[in-house]
Amino acid sequence: MTTTEEAPAAPADEIGRDRRRKEDRRLITGRTHWTDNIVLPGTLHLAMVRSPFAHANITGIDTRAAAQAPNVVAVLTGTDLAATQGVLANAWPITPDQVTPEHKPVAVDRVAFAGEIVAVVVARSAAAAADAADLVDVDYDELPAALDLRTAAAATPENGGAIAHPDLGTNNSAQWIFDSAQAGTGGNVEDAIAAARADGIVIEREYRQQRLIPAFMEPRSVVVDPTGEQITVWSATQIPHIARFLLAATTGVPESKIRYIAPDVGGGFGGKLQTTPEEWAAFAVARRFGKPVKYTETRSESLQSAHHGRDQWQKLTLAATNDGTVTGLKVELLADLGAYVALVGGGVPVLGAFMFNAIYKFPAYRFDCRTVLTNKAWTDAYRGAGRPEATFAIERLMDELAAELGRDPLEVRRQNWITHDEFPFTTVAGLTYDSGDYESATAQAVDAFGYEDLRAEQARRREAGDPVQLGIGVSTFTEMCGLAPSRVLGSLDYGAGGWEHAEIRMLPTGKVEVVTGASAHGQGHETAFSQIVADRLGVPFEDVEVLHGDTQVAPRGLDTYGSRSLTVGGEALALAADKVVAKAKPWAAHLLEADPRDIEFSRGTFAVSGTGEGKTIQEIALAAFAAHDYPEGIEPGIDAEVTFDPVNFSFPHGTHLCAVEVDTETGAVRLRKYVCVDDVGTVINPLIVAGQVHGGLVQGIAQALWEEAVYDESGTLLTGTLADYLVPSAADLISFDTAHRSTPATSNSLGAKGVGEAGTIASTPAVVNAVVDAIRPYGVHDVEMPCTPARVWRAIQDGSAS
Amino acid sequence: MTRIELTVDGAKVSDDVEPRLLLVQYLRERLGKTGTVIGCDTASCGACTVHLDGRSVKSCNVLAVQADGAEITTIEGLAADGEASGADGQLHPVQEAFHECHALQCGFCTPGMIMQTADLLAENPHPTEDEIRQGLEGNLCRCTGYHNIVRAVQYAANGTSATPGTGAAAQPAAGSGTIDGGAA
Repeated sequence: MTTTEEAPAAPADEIGRDRRRKEDRRLITGRTHWTDNIVLPGTLHLAMVRSPFAHANITGIDTRAAAQAPNVVAVLTGTDLAATQGVLANAWPITPDQVTPEHKPVAVDRVAFAGEIVAVVVARSAAAAADAADLVDVDYDELPAALDLRTAAAATPENGGAIAHPDLGTNNSAQWIFDSAQAGTGGNVEDAIAAARADGIVIEREYRQQRLIPAFMEPRSVVVDPTGEQITVWSATQIPHIARFLLAATTGVPESKIRYIAPDVGGGFGGKLQTTPEEWAAFAVARRFGKPVKYTETRSESLQSAHHGRDQWQKLTLAATNDGTVTGLKVELLADLGAYVALVGGGVPVLGAFMFNAIYKFPAYRFDCRTVLTNKAWTDAYRGAGRPEATFAIERLMDELAAELGRDPLEVRRQNWITHDEFPFTTVAGLTYDSGDYESATAQAVDAFGYEDLRAEQARRREAGDPVQLGIGVSTFTEMCGLAPSRVLGSLDYGAGGWEHAEIRMLPTGKVEVVTGASAHGQGHETAFSQIVADRLGVPFEDVEVLHGDTQVAPRGLDTYGSRSLTVGGEALALAADKVVAKAKPWAAHLLEADPRDIEFSRGTFAVSGTGEGKTIQEIALAAFAAHDYPEGIEPGIDAEVTFDPVNFSFPHGTHLCAVEVDTETGAVRLRKYVCVDDVGTVINPLIVAGQVHGGLVQGIAQALWEEAVYDESGTLLTGTLADYLVPSAADLISFDTAHRSTPATSNSLGAKGVGEAGTIASTPAVVNAVVDAIRPYGVHDVEMPCTPARVWRAIQDGSAS
Repeated sequence: MTRIELTVDGAKVSDDVEPRLLLVQYLRERLGKTGTVIGCDTASCGACTVHLDGRSVKSCNVLAVQADGAEITTIEGLAADGEASGADGQLHPVQEAFHECHALQCGFCTPGMIMQTADLLAENPHPTEDEIRQGLEGNLCRCTGYHNIVRAVQYAANGTSATPGTGAAAQPAAGSGTIDGGAA
C-alpha cells in the first residue's frame, strides 16, 4: 500500500520550496481552536480585581456585595487561596545572591504594581463576574513607588528612596559582569580606553531602551478542567511543557496529573513565554470547586499586566584608534525588572551580554549589568530578548564613530568586522561564530538599495537646504540563536536545558505522524516540519501530520522561543527521520532477501544495489505494523524518537539599510526605503522566512518610531489601550525589499540558523541611524526612542542652538 | 431582554438578548461563531470585523440589538458555499489570496483582515498600494508587517478583475528574495 502515486511531489525538492502553509485553511475559514473558544459544561468564569495603585499595603477587602451579586459563586482573595495557589518561579537566577521577591499569583497583603491581582470573582458567566468585580471594595494604604529606573537603582532605605519591596531593603536584584581580561577572551578594556584617551578616539553615549509591550493579537486566555483523572489546562501560551512542570513544582500536584494544551495560539513574540498569575489562579479555583474554570483577559488588562519588554539604560564607552579601528568596548547597563523577577526576566540582559561586540573584532570588552526592581509591570522576553538592546547600542556607536571620523559608516564597519575567511571565529565575548559572510551580504544590500545614488541625493538636498532631509541608516547585525546548548545554559545558572525532542510515527496506511516538543504560535511549524520529514523520508508533503502543543501528545519538549524551533526542534526531527530510515533498513533487506549492506535508501525507496528490486518506506511501515515476518533481534516497529541538544548556538546575520525622510519643520519621519539581505543559513521555506523577516522588521521599526509603554508619576500605565499604545497599522508602513544569502550553520545538519528574531534585532538601529543621519547637519547626534515628531523637532532645535 | 431577529451567514436566527450584549459576543457566545474573535476593548484592532448588510463593521462596536433585522456575514459564511467552505469547499477569492500570498501567520487578525479586504475591494476593485494601506488602517496585525497582506489584496484584486493587469501588480508573496547558495 503506497500513496506515492497520488502526490508525485519530488521529495528531494522540499528544502527551499515555497510551500503554502498547511495551517492556513482553518485560520482563513474561522475553524480555529483559540482557548477563548472553549466552553465546557458548568464552566465558572473568572474576573480579576486588580490594584489601581503601583505600590500599596492591602488593609482590607470587603467582598460581601460582590459575593451577593447575581450568579456569583465566590469571591476569593489572596488569603483565601494562600494554601493552594503556589508561587510564580524565576527560572533563571543570574547570580547566587540574586534578590528575588516572592511572587504570589494573587497578592496577599501588598501590591507591587498597578494591575496586580488582589481578588478573583467566580461566577456563572463572564458578564456576571465582571459586574461583580466592580463591587469588591479594597482598602489600600499607598506606599512610595519606585518607578524611574535610574532613581530606583540609586535608592536605599538610608537615602529615603522608594524601595519596590521594602522587606528586601534594596531595589538592586543582581549584578552580572563579563570581562574579557578575566575570562581570558581579550584584553583589559580600561587600558584600551586610557590609551584611546591619550591618543585616539573615545565615544561615550547613553542610550535608553524604552519599555515595550509585546502586544500579541490574541489576548491571553486559560481554561482549566479538573474533572476526570487529570487536570487539563488549555492556555494561550508559548510554553505548555515548561508551564506544566512549574505548575506541578509549585502547587504540589503531580506532573503526571496535569495535562497542558496550547491550542491555536495567536502570537507571542516572547510575551507568552511566561507562567502567569492568571493561569495559576484559574488552576487553584478549578481545584477548589471541582468545576471547569475560564478566564480571558481584556486588551487593557493584557497591556497592563502581561509582561513588558526592553527597558534598559545603557552607558557605553567605545575606544578606537585614530584610523577607526575599535580597541575596546565597555557597557554599563541598568535593566528594569519591574515588580517581580519573571520567568527568565533577569536573564534577558545576560543574553545581550554576548552580542554587544556583534560582528566585530574587538580586542577588549567589559559588560557590567545591574537588574533593578521597580513598581511597574514585570519585564521578560520580547522578540530578540537582550539581543536587540545590544545590537542597537553597538550599531548606533559604529555610526557615531564614523561620524567622528567623517567617514562612511559602512567603511568603518568593514574595517572592524570579521571577514568571511576568518570563520570559525571566537569573539571577545567567548562565543564561536561558525559561519557567515558579512562582505557579500553587505555588497548585495548596497546594490539593491542604490546606496550611492541615495547618498548623492542626500548631498543635494543638504546643499539645497531642503526642509525635508534624507537620512540613510545602516545596521549590520548578528545574533545568537538556536537556544541553546544545555551545558551553556547550565553554566549560566538557567533552570532547564536547551534540547528539543521529536518523534516520528510511521502509520500502517503510509501516513506519517510527527510529534514535536516545539510549540508553534503562528510560525508555520506544521508546514516547515512537514517539508523536512518529506525530504528525509521521501514521503509526500501532504502525508505528514505535525502534532504539537499538548503534553499528552508531545510529552517531552521545551517549546518555542529564541529562534530555536528549526535549529533545535527541526534538527531533532531530521535526526529522528534518519533513525526511522536506519531502523527500516533491516526490514527492507529481510523482505528483499538481500544483505543489509547492499540496501540503499533514496527518495522513499529501499533498493538492492544493482537490481531493480525495492520496497517503499510505506511498504516497510505496513510490514512492521503487521510484524508477520521480520529478522531476529529487532523490535517490530520503525518509529523513532530523538532528543537533540545543540553543541553551539547559530549566528544569523544580515545587512539592513533604511532611508527615511525627516521634515525638519515638523519633526515627522517618513519611511522611504528598506532593504535587507539576511543570512539565516539554509532556508527550508522561503515564503515563511520572508514573512518572519517582514513581521520582525515592523516590530523593530515600531520601537524606533512609535511604541513605548508610558507610566505617569504615580505608576499608572498611560498607554493602557491599543488607542494609546501605538502598534503600527498598514498605513504607517511601506513594502520591504528582503533577500537572503546562505552560509549554512554547522551546528545542525539542516544548516539552518533561525529567523524569528532577526528582523526585529536589525531594524531598530537601522531606522534610528537613518533619522540621526538625516539631521546630523543640525548638530544632532542622538534622538531618544521612539523618534516621535516632538522628539525629532526638539533635537533639531537643541542641536541648532548649540 | 430584547427580542432580535436577523440573518447570520445565510441562516435566520432569533434570540432574546440583553440590550448591552455586543454583536461579537452574540456571534461567539450565542451562535458559536467563534471564527470571529475579540482582540481589544477599544475598537482599535479590527479582529472582530464582520459584514452588516454588506458593509464591514467592527462587531465589538455594534450592539446585538442594533443588528435586529440585519444580514450579517462572518468569516465562516464568506465563501459562496458558506460554512461548507470550512472543510474542503470553495474559498472566497480573498481567502484564497491570503493563503497564496502567505498573508497570515498566527491568524488571529485574519478573519477581520479578510472581511475588511472584501469590503475594500467591493468599494474599490483596483486599489493602489496606498489605498490598500489606508483601507486596512483600522485592522492591526502583529505578525506579518502587512507586507504580504498588501500583496494578498493586490492578488485578490487581480484575480477577481474582469480586465487583468489594470490593478496593482500581483506578485507572489515572498518579495524580491533570492536564494543564493554562496558558501562559507
